[in-house]
Formats: sequence, C-alpha cells, structure tokens
Amino acid sequence: MYGVMAEFDTAEQLLAAGRRARAAGYRRMDAYAPFPIDGLGEALGFRSNAIPLIGLSGGVVGGLTGYIMQVWIHTSALPINVGGRPLLSWPSFVPVTFELAVLFSALSILGGLFILNGHPEPYHPVFNVAGFARATRDRFFLCIQSDDPRFDEHATRAFLYGLGAREVSDVPE
Amino acid sequence: MAADVEAPFVEHGFGPLLGPEHSYGSITDRVNALVLAPGPRFWWRVGLAVGLVLAMVLFISMTVLVAVGVGVWGVMIPVAWGYAITSFVWWIGIGHAGTLISAILYLLKQQWRTSINRFAEAMTIFAVMQAGLYPLFHLGRPWFFYWLIPYPATMNVWPQFRSPLVWDFFAVSTYFTVSLIFWYLGMVPDLASLRDRAVTRSTQVFYGLLALGWRGSARHWHRYEQGYYLLAALATPLVVSVHSVVSTDFAVAIVPGWHETIFPPYFVAGALFSGFAMVLTITIPLRRAYHLQDFVTDRHLDIIAKFTLVTGLVVDYSYLIEHFIGWYSGNQFELALITNRAFGPDGVWYWVLLFCNVAVTQLLWFKGVRRSPLALFFVSILINVGMWTERFVIVVGSLARDYLPAAWGTFVPTPWDWAFLFGTFGLFTSLMFLFIRTLPIIPAFEMRRLFREMWLGARG
Repeated sequence: MYGVMAEFDTAEQLLAAGRRARAAGYRRMDAYAPFPIDGLGEALGFRSNAIPLIGLSGGVVGGLTGYIMQVWIHTSALPINVGGRPLLSWPSFVPVTFELAVLFSALSILGGLFILNGHPEPYHPVFNVAGFARATRDRFFLCIQSDDPRFDEHATRAFLYGLGAREVSDVPE
Repeated sequence: MAADVEAPFVEHGFGPLLGPEHSYGSITDRVNALVLAPGPRFWWRVGLAVGLVLAMVLFISMTVLVAVGVGVWGVMIPVAWGYAITSFVWWIGIGHAGTLISAILYLLKQQWRTSINRFAEAMTIFAVMQAGLYPLFHLGRPWFFYWLIPYPATMNVWPQFRSPLVWDFFAVSTYFTVSLIFWYLGMVPDLASLRDRAVTRSTQVFYGLLALGWRGSARHWHRYEQGYYLLAALATPLVVSVHSVVSTDFAVAIVPGWHETIFPPYFVAGALFSGFAMVLTITIPLRRAYHLQDFVTDRHLDIIAKFTLVTGLVVDYSYLIEHFIGWYSGNQFELALITNRAFGPDGVWYWVLLFCNVAVTQLLWFKGVRRSPLALFFVSILINVGMWTERFVIVVGSLARDYLPAAWGTFVPTPWDWAFLFGTFGLFTSLMFLFIRTLPIIPAFEMRRLFREMWLGARG
C-alpha cells in the first residue's frame, strides 16, 4: 500500500489539513491541488531553492561560455582585423553573451524541473484513487504515505476524517 | 462555492475580469470543452482550409525560391532586402506583445493577463516561426544556414561576432527556444487536466504524453512556480534585447535613415505596438466564435486597446524625433532622405503609415471605440497594415536612395514576393486554428487561482 488519501472541497481546508498533519508529526506526505496554493509547500514542511540555483548556475555558465567562445574565436581561432578594431573588442561580444546566458538558464530551469519533479512519469500510485482525476479540476487531496514512521492504517484514516475530509481512500501501490 | 459570495468579481471602478457564477469546476469544463467537445465547427473548418491553401502557396514559393534562387523576388542592388526583411521585422515584432503579456505582466502581477496569455504566447511562437523563414530563405543557399552556428568546421572559418546579423541569429533562436519552453511549461497542468477529462483512448494517450505525468503535487507546484517566475524574469529582458538587436541590423549600417541611435527603443516600441494590434485582431474573432466573453471580457479589450494606444504614442514620438534629428543634423543626405520619404516616388507609403499609425491610433482615446469590438478590430487591422508599411518604408526607402544618384534603384515586388508574404499569413493562420482545437487556449489553472484570489478578496 502506498498510503492513505483524503479528499477536500476547498483550498483552505487542504491548507489547514496539511498544517495539522505536520503538527501531528507526519512527514512523508504530499498534497495535490488543481492550482498552486501559496503556503501549501511550507505547510507540509517543504522548502527548496534548487530551481533558482540551477537557473542561476545555468545563466553563469551560459554567459561565460558565450563570452569565452567569442574571445577565443576572434583572438586565436580566426583573428581578423575589422575596421582597425582591437581583436578583443568586448562591447560587440555583449549581445551574444547575454543571449547565451538567457538560453542556458532557461534550458537548465527546464531540465531542473524535469529531473526534480521526475517528469515524465506517466504512472504514479495516486492515480489509482477513484476520483483523483478531480485533482486537476476542483478537488484537493492530501496523501499520507505508508512509509511515514507514524503511519498506522486505522489511526491515520481516523485522523484524516477528523480533519474534515469528505472521503478517505486507500492508495494501492 | 460561488453560492455564498455576492458579486465577488466587480472591482471598484473597473469591469469584471471573469464572468459571474463561475466555480473551479465550471472554469475547467469550459476551457476543456473547447478542445474535447466533438466535431469542429463549420467556421473552424473554413478558416483552417483557407489557412492551409495559403500555406501551400508558401510551400510552393519556397520550392521555387530554392530551385531558381532569390532572383525570383524583386530584390536587387541597391535594394537587396525587399519584402523579406520587411516581413521578418514585422513578424518578429508581432511576437513581442505575446511575451510582454505573458512574462512582464506576470512579474507585475497583472491579473487581467491570465485569460489571454496562452494564445498571446501561441501567437508569439507562430509569428517567430514565420519571421525565421525570411532570413533563412533570403540566404540564397538556405541549406548552408548552419554556417551561422559556431562549430569547428573543416574550412576553419567562424562566424563574425562583431556583426549584428550574427547577434540576430542568436537573439531570434534564443527567443524562439525560451518562448517555446515558457509556453509548453505553462500548459503542462492544463494538459494534465485534459488528460483526466479525455474520453477516447487516443486523446488520453496524446494528452497523457504531453502532460508528463503531472498530478498537481504541492512539491511540484512549488518548483514549478519558481521555475515559471524565473522564466518570466528571463523573457522580460530577452524580448527587449531581440528587437534592439534587430534594429542594430539597420543602425550599424551607414545608410541614411538607418544609421540612428534612436533605433533600438523605437523598434521595441513599434514591435509592442504591432503586437498588441495583432492580439486584438486574434482575440476579437476568437472570443466571439467560441463565446468566451466570460473569460475575455470587455475590460480585457479595453486594457489591450490602452496598451496599443500608449505604445502607439511612443512610436509616434519616435517618428517625430527621427525627423527632427534628420532636419537638425543639417546633413544633406538625411534631409534628402526625409524629403524623399514624404514626396519621393514611393511617398504614398509614407502617408499610408502616418495615417494608420498616427491618425487611426488616436481613435483609441475614445471609450466608445475601446468598448466596441468591431471598431477595435478594424483599428487593429489598419495598425497591422501601417506597421508593415513602416518597415517597408525604412527597409526599401533607404536602400533605394543611397548617397550617389548613380547607385539609386527602384524596388518592384514580384508575384513571388506577394506569394511569400500571404503564404506566411496562411501558415500562421493554420497553426493558430490547429492550436485552438488541440491545446488549452486559456490557462485554466491560472483562472482557478484567479478565481480563488478574487473569492478571498471579496470575503475581505
């Protein structure tokens, strides 16, 4: 069994449920919502700055790649005198440096999201829950996973009902 | 949920951004029904058919151009740039309003952008595709386009990075890639929604593959929002850089009428101006055909019209400064250029552009015009024409009248010039029509979030 899934009607209920589940000591859990809800990640104790860091690194690498490539090409690979300008005429290298910084940063954000979010992942146990399709429409779900140390099938179910869930169902593996 | 709220969506002093009596479910169902409801409408088929016929004209023109050479166009020396570069600048400019709506207004937390950002982004991507075709086929030998990419070739030759044309290659390809990532990433949660609503096996598989297994996990949303916000922050300076780089293609040359420091901001303003006009041209029939007045309300049209007016005024101011500096410089070539633009053999186009971009734009001061979809539609068409004409006057007018009268020439477009131009309209239209029927044209998850924000706001 993967865990136990509670279904809620509103975003406010889900936020409150997430906070209370965390206060009750549950750690291995995830919430599912049809749109991003401010503070939901924090309510579950999830914090991450991985994506901004990946984006920044990508941008720095891209900018350096662009600039060093141009300097190398115009000073050593193919040094051509254009209108008497110095070979290392850095102002004319700025646009391409900028473009490559943006390009690398965007691609690394995309790659970071794919890797950290585990895309593509066509199958996941939560899809087995009847009615979970409404997680992309108008319902809000909280799943406490069976690998949580405090997980107990009956106690956890009762706990979730106590949070005001309209329905609690098992999530088969 | 909507039942316990009284008129929550009317902000003080403005019209609503979302029709009344909506809920999370109804928003989702409306957006999904546009794609999942069976059988395309009659007018959709007619529109797509017209688009495809014109797209065929484009493919034939491309084939002829590759088989015969760029000589099938009216380009020659001195007017080596003709319709191709005019249309390139025009198409790429159109894309810019899409990025402004989707990225800059997202950073500024402008809620009204939500319902129109998806198809504005689609417009960007399809417009950049058309734009890219022109320089590619203008190369003469398009199969050697990869010479623009720096790679260790056996000939040991590298691109010249001091040339704005090389900057242009990097700017446009980066712009296209980043816009595509932004667009696709923005669609993933809505594609998951379509996957979950799809009935037939083939649509389930199609949207299932595109949705990447999205399940709305709080952890995923957290990273997703960070990533999306950062992409918006990257796209914002990018869009300014793209048309600035395009303008340096002209400004770096010493041709009169091109060699001007005002060009980068002037071009960026012109790009946004024509782009907003194109957003109106697309939005107005779309919202009528699909009865989207709940989502794209009269207030949206009003705001877009105001943006068109503001960017239009910046463009008008640029015209003024351009001509003032031409006169103030006392340079005889600049003076000759200005006189020739207005009273030379092709002077009529100058008056057309002034009529469309300066005179017609002023109609947008009037609330009556901004509130009338039909009037706005015609204004937007005229602005589209005016902006194309502006680029034509800049590209062809300057090249045709260089420094030496002995080097002057007259550009005469051939049927293939026209075929290529109307062909790109066709490809653009076809892609737009296919997009409307296969992908979510309104970001349903952002509308659901907007609904909650307004609901919370109404509760106080």
